[in-house]
Amino acid sequence: MKTYDFVSAGSIRQALSREDASYLAGGTTLVDLMKLEVMTPAHVVDINSLPLRGIHCAPQGLRIGALERMADVAVHHEVAQRWSMVSTALALSASPQLRNMASIGGNLLQRTRCDYFRDVRMPCNKRKPGSGCPAVNGDNRMHAILGGSSACVATHASDLAVALVALDASIRLQDRHGERVIKLADFYRLPGDTPSVENQLRPGELITEVIVPACDWPQAYVKVRDRTSYEFPGLGGCGGRRALGRGAGRPHRGRRRGHPAVAVAGRGEGSAGQAGDRGELPGGGPHGGG
Amino acid sequence: MAESVSRRGFLGSAAAASVVGTVAVAPGRAWADSVPPDRIRLSVNGKAYEIDADPTVTLLDALRERLGLTGTKKGCDRGQCGACTVHVDGRRVVSCLTLAIACAGKKVVTIEGIADGDSLHPVQQAFVDCDGFQCGFCTSGQIMSAVEVVAQGAARSDEEIREAMSGNICRCGAYPNIVDAIKQCRGDH
Ligand SMILES: Cc1cc2nc3c(=O)[nH]c(=O)nc-3n(C[C@H](O)[C@H](O)[C@H](O)COP(=O)(O)OP(=O)(O)OC[C@H]3O[C@@H](n4cnc5c(N)ncnc54)[C@H](O)[C@@H]3O)c2cc1C
Ligand code: SF4
Ligand code: FES
Ligand code: FES
Repeated sequence: MKTYDFVSAGSIRQALSREDASYLAGGTTLVDLMKLEVMTPAHVVDINSLPLRGIHCAPQGLRIGALERMADVAVHHEVAQRWSMVSTALALSASPQLRNMASIGGNLLQRTRCDYFRDVRMPCNKRKPGSGCPAVNGDNRMHAILGGSSACVATHASDLAVALVALDASIRLQDRHGERVIKLADFYRLPGDTPSVENQLRPGELITEVIVPACDWPQAYVKVRDRTSYEFPGLGGCGGRRALGRGAGRPHRGRRRGHPAVAVAGRGEGSAGQAGDRGELPGGGPHGGG
Repeated sequence: MAESVSRRGFLGSAAAASVVGTVAVAPGRAWADSVPPDRIRLSVNGKAYEIDADPTVTLLDALRERLGLTGTKKGCDRGQCGACTVHVDGRRVVSCLTLAIACAGKKVVTIEGIADGDSLHPVQQAFVDCDGFQCGFCTSGQIMSAVEVVAQGAARSDEEIREAMSGNICRCGAYPNIVDAIKQCRGDH
């Protein structure tokens, strides 16, 4: 691992004072990638003492503090009742140990599991812009079927992000200059010519909470993978409103009616019965209309 | 020296750590902290230590190489196999993706810390009774996971137990006996 200096932030203001730092939440992405020297920050700021906790269920929606752990949200009773897609997506993610460690904010910022990205001896446009993408013609069984580009066909590995995009969730961000709230669907960017830019997070900006609107239609999250448990998704899909992830460069929402393989339940704008009649999944352009 | 030195004993004595008292360590490296940058304070199995380690050292390496607590195993070193499972503040985590420095002020418990003197923890005893292992490499991680699974009591059916234990891979395939061991323990908690 490349050396770095390490501090634990006692307040949000302190954390935001280091624009060049990498934040440490659960560390299950950051520590993994620092060990592989894929991520080489000079400063690491531990944010786990910050008051970014709490799971608040209200009639109008759900708010989850960015430092809540995946395991705690997954078993939260009211979340399971009213936002079952969220709990199912979390319960099907990673392993129990990793869910105890990993935070909701960190989950949304996890990096792709592309093996070339994770191997610093290989070229990779996402890790080293302009170096090329061996996956386009290489081992790409687990790569994107939607939203890839000639520069990068990596997929987004988060199960949770797929569920949250389907639910039209937003995230609250904070930096030194103030706060903003942005739709998660707009937060993620497709690779295009600049796969190294994955989202709209600014340097030194914190995710402080996730905001999920109330949802009264039936929901389901379905994950297709190589093993029955503890495996990244080959494909993740949500019903109700449809979102498709992990098969894709970022989580997608079906634009009109769902795709048969994706619309597993619910109604959204069309009924499950109609789903697929005029099924359309967006290709490379901007998506997100529900 | 004529005395023969066992590998385990040698590793143990070579570990560069000092015990600084029991429990109640000061919280970790705060914005301005008095601990020198290459020292980390840890509380492991109820003992407080101060070790020589920079911020890049994982909890797994700190336990094995600095404290000589080699019961926690390094399998994949990538968060995938569960061999390195320990408890931090009462929750099971993989120590290979945990930074030692981030554990300052927290309570770490390893496989060495769960028995009560010479009497095995009920989960350890159940693994012995049910032959819950073959080569034993994954076993300390399996047991640390099983301790949480038994304590939570949520996993009832065989299938639920298997899912709750899915973060611990066993290359020898001792899974059926591990499920039996967990079932045997249920009455103990
Ligand atoms: C073996 C393995 C299997 C996995 N399987 C799955 C799976 O099946 N499904 C799935 O969805 N995920 C899976 N994951 C990924 C895992 O869920 C993520 O690593 C985890 O959610 C990241 O959260 P964290 O808190 O550990 O993030 P960290 O590693 O602490 O942080 C990740 C990134 O986000 C930044 N960050 C963290 N919190 C904030 C914040 N609040 N504001 C701003 N920046 C922040 C960090 O600086 C870092 O760049 C797996 C991981 C491993 C190692
Ligand atoms: S698919 Fe993307 S992440 Fe993978 S090697 Fe190509 S550029 Fe890198
Ligand atoms: S060694 Fe930590 S999970 Fe494999
Ligand atoms: S007993 Fe050998 S790996 Fe599990």
